[in-house]
Amino acid sequence: MIPRPKPERFRLRRTMMFLSAQKPGLTKDAYIYGVDSIMLDLEDAVAENQKDAARFSLYHTLKTIDYGDTEVIVRINGLDTPHWQEDIRVCVAGGADGIRIAKCESKQDVLTVEKHVEAAEKEFGVEVGRTLLMAALESPKGILNAYEICAASPRMFGCAISGGDFRKCMQTKFTPSGIDMLTARGMMLIAARAAGVQCFDTVYTNLKDEEGYRAEVMQNKEMGFDGKSLINPKQIRLVHELFAPTEKEIVQAEKIVRAYREQSAAGVGVFTVDGKMIDIAFIPGAERTLKLARACGLYEGDLV
Amino acid sequence: MEILKPASAGTLESSDLMVTVEPGVNGVDLSLTSSVMNQYGRQIKKTVLETLDRLDVKNAKVTIVDKGALDCTIKARVECAVYRSCDMADKNIDWGGVIR
Repeated sequence: MIPRPKPERFRLRRTMMFLSAQKPGLTKDAYIYGVDSIMLDLEDAVAENQKDAARFSLYHTLKTIDYGDTEVIVRINGLDTPHWQEDIRVCVAGGADGIRIAKCESKQDVLTVEKHVEAAEKEFGVEVGRTLLMAALESPKGILNAYEICAASPRMFGCAISGGDFRKCMQTKFTPSGIDMLTARGMMLIAARAAGVQCFDTVYTNLKDEEGYRAEVMQNKEMGFDGKSLINPKQIRLVHELFAPTEKEIVQAEKIVRAYREQSAAGVGVFTVDGKMIDIAFIPGAERTLKLARACGLYEGDLV
Repeated sequence: MEILKPASAGTLESSDLMVTVEPGVNGVDLSLTSSVMNQYGRQIKKTVLETLDRLDVKNAKVTIVDKGALDCTIKARVECAVYRSCDMADKNIDWGGVIR
């Protein structure tokens, strides 16, 4: 029995890799890849007549396999299916770090899941509040309600858009520029930031198109995503590489934070660093750069 | 639990196993083939019999085709097949109780 430490609501989640909970060949050693989070899937990756078997496998996987620092999230079936209640029971009993609510469309969906999670925590003697939640936004309604969804519960750590279902609803196709989902991605990011939670992009499904994948990950970073959903271990490295701050960014952030602390101690509010104006508005960004750099193993200083 | 009807669980993919249970008389009749029979045959058999014992299955014909599954997978597949044979696999599973 592997007792997992209490999940952290906010931690590094650059990469979140989907794995079918029904495939032992995938789940048995998924800790080796260095992915930030794994997403054990009870939903679309599991055939309708194997939902029960996937839960038995999930339970023993959670209880037996030591995933170490890799976060373990489970994607449960949608609230319009007969499966989600038993999905929640097995997730909580097995001690998953968090649950991804598929096809989330409203605050009420989050509250419904939360109620069942709490009941399961009591049933299985798990600390109430331990199990985190995130929402998958897969429809126009989900995107429009993103803020109330993200702010619905203190268990919520983030939201992710699901490209396949969303494009289906919008009657669009994948475009290399991302124009088809630009508005939805932007709206979701604004909602997530307003609610103070993390935000993750959808999967890139063409494993052969490395250039297209790189362009999408770069756009994710520039738009301000915290991370990306993945379908294959070979996608992990590029995200970690592109999301890591550059050496120049780290040096700059260090200078800003250090100068700010000195200047504000001396009673100065606005000043310049290397010819650029700096005031308090720049500090959270610089501190975040340093924290991300530390998490990526690129910063060992003591400013954050 | 009493095996009420034939049921199976699992696949023949690597690291998995296929478990079939059928009603039986006079104890557990286990037939096992495995891609790692020489190395792990005894261990697999032990895990299967312990799991059946935990589920209180007294009489059954059990057929297993193993493709190098870990113990946790063996338990999960045996449990699922037994629960399916009783039409009990879908809900209100005793996670952490009988299933452990």
